[in-house]
Amino acid sequence: MTVVQTTPSGGAPFKPQGGRQTNSLLMLRRNVGEWVGWAWAAFAFLGLALIMVLILAWVCQTGLGALKPAVFTEPSSKGNGGLLNAIEGTLVISLGALLIATPFGMAAGIYASEFKTTIWASVIRFLSDILVGVPSIVMGYVGYVIMVVTLGWKQSVLAACVTLGVISLPYVCRTTELALRQVPMNLREAGFAIGGGDATVILRVVLPSALPGVMTGILLALSISVGETAPLIYTAGYSNYMWDGKLFNSPIGYLTGAIWNLYNDQTTPGAAQLAYAAAFLVTMLVLGINIIARVILRGQQAARA
Amino acid sequence: MAGILRRVFAFRTWLAIAGGVLPVSLVIIFGFLVIYAWPAIGFNGLDFLTQNGWDPGDNYSSPVMLRGVMASPGAHFGVLFLIVGTLCSVILAVAIAYPFGVAAAVFLAEIVPGAIRSFVSFFVELLAAVPSVVFGLWGIGVISAFPDKAGVTAFQHVCNWIVATPPFEWIPFVGGDPGNGYGLLAAGVILAFMIVPLITSTVRDALIAQPAALREASVALGARRFETIVKVLLPSVRPVTIGATILATGRALGETMAVLMVCGNALGVLPKNLFAPISTMASFIASQLDSAGADTSGLVVKSLAEVAIILGLMSLVVNTGARVLLAMQTASQRERT
Repeated sequence: MTVVQTTPSGGAPFKPQGGRQTNSLLMLRRNVGEWVGWAWAAFAFLGLALIMVLILAWVCQTGLGALKPAVFTEPSSKGNGGLLNAIEGTLVISLGALLIATPFGMAAGIYASEFKTTIWASVIRFLSDILVGVPSIVMGYVGYVIMVVTLGWKQSVLAACVTLGVISLPYVCRTTELALRQVPMNLREAGFAIGGGDATVILRVVLPSALPGVMTGILLALSISVGETAPLIYTAGYSNYMWDGKLFNSPIGYLTGAIWNLYNDQTTPGAAQLAYAAAFLVTMLVLGINIIARVILRGQQAARA
Repeated sequence: MAGILRRVFAFRTWLAIAGGVLPVSLVIIFGFLVIYAWPAIGFNGLDFLTQNGWDPGDNYSSPVMLRGVMASPGAHFGVLFLIVGTLCSVILAVAIAYPFGVAAAVFLAEIVPGAIRSFVSFFVELLAAVPSVVFGLWGIGVISAFPDKAGVTAFQHVCNWIVATPPFEWIPFVGGDPGNGYGLLAAGVILAFMIVPLITSTVRDALIAQPAALREASVALGARRFETIVKVLLPSVRPVTIGATILATGRALGETMAVLMVCGNALGVLPKNLFAPISTMASFIASQLDSAGADTSGLVVKSLAEVAIILGLMSLVVNTGARVLLAMQTASQRERT
């Protein structure tokens, strides 16, 4: 910025001080500032993108080296060779969590959007913002204290599903609410005008046209469930064997847990390879889900435009 | 008519009840945690916050009555080191993530053309999608990778270099023992990577949403493009930037696995410098599963619940603050337009 010069109070005529030299110095400083600024912005972005690429490359490099058919066909209990138990466990736990989070989260989101002026709606909205912020390890520990210890479920599939389900609730709720808010009022008015009640208008008109947005939220919740570890250490435990189908009293394996086990036990031969393979699978699953969510969202935006 | 009304009412009621699972679960979480930890809160008193040391006591003797609670003999809990470790790592992470995050947002909003912006942004946003435990594994990989002949790894070389370089050794907490790579610096850097996308994408969206008139006015006064950004656009999105940074702080507070795997797991000691091992509240809860199960008096589980309460309250305060700031900005923007 140039300095504003005022004439001295003596009333002498205005004379620019310094003349051309100061001006060019100032210009130089401004030029340098401009270049340094853009360089920093570019460096920051490229640095972060590079880190991302490095992580992906590392995960792929170590993971692809560790992938062998046994990873998909054998449980870890059989000579520490496979991850079938963990893959099964991740699917069971994430789908279970989704079964809990989707209906209740969507209901909360629908209420927050369709009855947005009510007190209950603002309570839901506010508390879902709070719930998003509660650290997942705290949720896991509460799940442990309530379900595993007090209710006596032991480390179990159900305790894990409920914990992850509650963690995903606010994500489903907020995305549902935002998606429903984007639906034009005209649609609702038209629905009410032809005699539809709340239920008809919401379920037959508003929800179908907001479906891509709602789906994105559910996918987001799924990717969180697949990638979480902290809430599961206490609630699901870990098992090297296949799931025995029981909801209570039986720990279950999961992919992120296989990675965590390596950290705890770096002496078992083959544990490192399994961890790398698990890291590769988890990362690809999460990235895949994220990309699908993005494609859905973009398709919807394109259809709107 | 009455029938229709009743049906409408019924749907709405069911919706409210199903939607109520969310608020109710939050109330249960905090309510149950406080009730459960109550004996430990009484047992530990204020020493819990001001002293260091985590001693579950002698598990092999039968529990005795101590300060009105059944505890293993010699049990003593003080988590000052966890609070300090958490705050240090989070502050370090935010100090790294803030300049990078805002600058990357400027790059994405101002240089990258709109048509490919969402694709290019994806590279930074993906950082938020990488599971925490994978970050941790990568962190371990980087810290313990590429050892030279003496067995010193690349990351340790960086630490050694920082400790030995003149301008740095005068800065407090930077000189001294460079450690083995696992510690505060590693935790802070990994945390920074994890929270940076939150700052970047929020600030980027806010920058894009600024009215063109603001930019035009600044350029008309003779400001350059970058001057416009620094002196006009960034100040006008400041509440968003601060709000996003506080949200990112909240996220860093609760990060568990990645921190746990690279923080060095200090027990009962305060970090002496940037490279010293630490523990955060979140990582400590996760690492104490075995000792919690082994304690016959149950006091360890209850004391961990007290740690969880402190952590939960901290993130509650941080998140509420951020939400209020962001809501204020949205409201003032709505007034302006």
